[in-house]
Amino acid sequence: MDVVTLSRLQFAATSAFHFIFVPLTLGLSILTAYMETRYLVTNNNIYLKMTKFWGKLFLINFALGVVTGITMEFQFGMNWAEYSRYVGDIFGAPLAIEATVAFFLESVFIGVWIFGWNKVSKKIHALSIWLVAIATNLSGLWILLANGWMQHPVGYVLRNGRAEMVDFMALVTNPYGLIKFGHQILSGYTVAAFFVMGISAWHLLRKNETEFFKTSFRMAAVFGLVSTILVALIGDIHAVEVAKTQPSKFAAMESVWETRRGVGLNLLLVPDPINECNSIEQICIPKGVSLLAFHSPDAEIKGLKDIPKDERPSVLPVFLSFRTMVGLGTLFILVSIVAVFLSRRDMLEKYPLFLRMLVLIIPLPYLANQFGWIVAEMGRQPWIVYGVLKTSDAVSKSVSVSQVMGSLIGFVLLYGFLGVIDIYLLVKFARKGPDNDLSAIIKPRGQEA
Amino acid sequence: MEFQIIWFVLWGVLWGVYFMLDGFVMGAGILHNLLGTSDGEKRVMINAIGPVWDGNEVWLITAGGATFAAFPTTYALMFSYLYTALLLLLFALIVRGVSYEFRGKGEGDGWKKGWDMAIMVGNFLPALLFGVAFGNIFAGLPMDATGYHGSLLYLLNPYGLLTGVLFVLLFLVHGALYLAVKTTGDLNRRALSTAGRIWPALLVVAVAFLAYTNFATRLYDNYLAKPLLIVVPLCAVVALLAIRIFLAKGKPLAAFASSSLTVLLVVGTGLVGLFPNLIPSNLDPAYSLTIFNSSSSLYTLKIMTVVAFIFVPIVICYKIWVYRIFRGTLSIDDVEADKQAY
Ligand code: HDD
Ligand code: HEM
Ligand code: HEM
Repeated sequence: MDVVTLSRLQFAATSAFHFIFVPLTLGLSILTAYMETRYLVTNNNIYLKMTKFWGKLFLINFALGVVTGITMEFQFGMNWAEYSRYVGDIFGAPLAIEATVAFFLESVFIGVWIFGWNKVSKKIHALSIWLVAIATNLSGLWILLANGWMQHPVGYVLRNGRAEMVDFMALVTNPYGLIKFGHQILSGYTVAAFFVMGISAWHLLRKNETEFFKTSFRMAAVFGLVSTILVALIGDIHAVEVAKTQPSKFAAMESVWETRRGVGLNLLLVPDPINECNSIEQICIPKGVSLLAFHSPDAEIKGLKDIPKDERPSVLPVFLSFRTMVGLGTLFILVSIVAVFLSRRDMLEKYPLFLRMLVLIIPLPYLANQFGWIVAEMGRQPWIVYGVLKTSDAVSKSVSVSQVMGSLIGFVLLYGFLGVIDIYLLVKFARKGPDNDLSAIIKPRGQEA
Repeated sequence: MEFQIIWFVLWGVLWGVYFMLDGFVMGAGILHNLLGTSDGEKRVMINAIGPVWDGNEVWLITAGGATFAAFPTTYALMFSYLYTALLLLLFALIVRGVSYEFRGKGEGDGWKKGWDMAIMVGNFLPALLFGVAFGNIFAGLPMDATGYHGSLLYLLNPYGLLTGVLFVLLFLVHGALYLAVKTTGDLNRRALSTAGRIWPALLVVAVAFLAYTNFATRLYDNYLAKPLLIVVPLCAVVALLAIRIFLAKGKPLAAFASSSLTVLLVVGTGLVGLFPNLIPSNLDPAYSLTIFNSSSSLYTLKIMTVVAFIFVPIVICYKIWVYRIFRGTLSIDDVEADKQAY
């Protein structure tokens, strides 16, 4: 294997791993902040217990989100030096801004939140988890503006042998990046909602702390319903943006080979990349793809055959990932509707089968997230910056095959090890249930001797 | 022109503050097993840095991000040339970060012992590697028109290693003093005496470093050209001596302030000598990376200057606020009473 392939594998593996932890952080920080706010307003201890229990799971997850993030930033220079040199003028800015405005805020106030229970007032304490939640979402904004620029480069000129920024506002208001941000944080909220519902369901099946877990469930169900509906709506807008700006990706997502108007959407479809056609096309929704792409039934869709072979992404993974993501998204909406309905009427315990299903569903939103990124990143290939720079031209020149091979193996081993431990701890503390002894928090600790 | 200079200064400040803040975390971490005789004491040490370590590490991320945004060519070449060293650094930082969070959450004695080791190694390696990396940057990397001609072994040359040892000893003293400020009783006494015992070694290595720098690098050229600049290394030496004086007087907080200044000024001494280079080439100065030939466009630098001048002061304000909230000492009882503690 060459340096490019290995570097791509490594980048894919490390970002996918980072992205196991990020979505839950995005959503659970907000849920925890909301719980603590309820405690502040109602003074009801159940909300304090909720804050502590879900907050602990949040922290175990957060730890790996933080440490795997540093890898991401280093890798741009380590593995993609030509990329960094070529686009650093415009791509480096959002990364530096992300660190300055978001990472500081969250890393400092997470400390206040963990260690400050007896050091700051209740209000400041609740404020600090809100600041953490805002900061994590803000960090998502800047990184997705950076990624949005790679998908749809704006606000630059090619000058002095590189892409130079000429319009910062274009970068910040890049619709591609903003839509991505909206879609992304909502998919994080979806992960968190299903995480909380699933763990609550597990305890409800065992009749542990029913009051506590019903309250948690109800909160998560509403959060989940809103998020899943919005993630699908914004996903639709996202697809329109892709069709407009990246015809090659869109053609791969829907496996469209011939350029035509009024393309139908086949629910059952098997692509055949070798013969450049689809071997099975069944159950067609007339003009479906055209409607999806441009919200207009007769819109023309560019087919893959009209895109030079060396500028096409590989169809199968992009197509399958997109289908699966959308399928899962639809499933999540249906499940959320039932969950809200049952929890509002206090009928959850009457449907143990539904509860058991919710436990099993926990991993699916995570998978939907991963599939979404496969669509976004593999669909952009062979470009690293769409239409501007090819991935094969972006790799570091001074790095050897053995170096990247070594680092890739190192990452797989280290991340594998840490991932196992993190999941073990999450499961352990999720099963243990809430801690009923709140004495250490409620009565202020004496001053040190 | 001026914007490149502003960014060189900012770049130096980011690295300096990073080493000042993470330096004591690294020092305390290396001492973790050596100073802590019981689980309670070890927990005190971890909780002493608990509320601040992540915030301190973000200075590194920001220093990296600022290099990317302001000097992309330097970012690209530095990170790819130092690939293996940075990889080791990354692994160490990853292990260190999770070990604080994980140590108290598992079962059994072996679990804690394992993470104790991880804390020590995860703090020692970065201290050493940063020193080696900066030593080599001061001395220049072997690069020319055809690229880079070094390797991990090349970096372990005597000057690089000496700088590595300097960083380790400096952070050890700095970390021991931080622990002395944050603890009481036995632990406090042990931390103070450790700082006192390492200090002479630090002095010797610092003198050797200053002398060797004359032969291994061209850092002193700037000082010869503008003799006034000599105040920076002079102040570094004064701060270093002040540590010893305040230790003798039994004033750990003042000694810690002095070690903080020492770290800042040591970094300052190197960077003043480096200017306007970011990474000199030791093969042919024509291929040195300078703030002029590796910077972003003026437009980007201006945008980033606005961002930095608005947000960095805000960050500094709330960081000071947090250090104030968590001021005071920690005892084993405190840690055991607090269920949220690490
Ligand atoms: C819970 C997770 C989740 C769910 C249910 C969905 N998505 Fe999604 N999707 C993501 C999680 C995600 C993601 C991980 O957030 C991605 C990857 C890159 C990005 O910005 O968002 C993404 C990317 C992504 C892209 C490609 C973006 C690009 O190429 O840059 C499109 C077109 C859609 N989504 C569309 C949809 C539609 C029409 C859905 C209908 C239900 C949908 N997504 C559900
Ligand atoms: C965190 C979630 C992400 C996941 C799971 C992810 C996934 C992937 C995958 C699967 C690839 C390999 C594509 C291929 O080679 O066929 C890739 C490549 C890459 N992605 Fe992402 N990505 C993520 C976020 C980002 C973001 C936010 C950025 C930029 C800000 C980014 C920049 C890159 C770069 C530079 C490459 C390497 C070159 C390339 O293959 O295009 N990624 N990513
Ligand atoms: C591939 C590009 C990415 C880079 C360079 C990157 C960089 C980083 C860094 C340096 C951290 C550690 C921060 C700390 O120490 O406190 C981090 C954590 C995190 N990142 Fe990423 N990240 C990437 C992808 C993403 C994406 C796509 C998102 C979300 C939309 C995201 C959101 C977060 C969040 C929520 C955390 C969790 C912990 C924290 O923020 O500190 N990141 N990332």
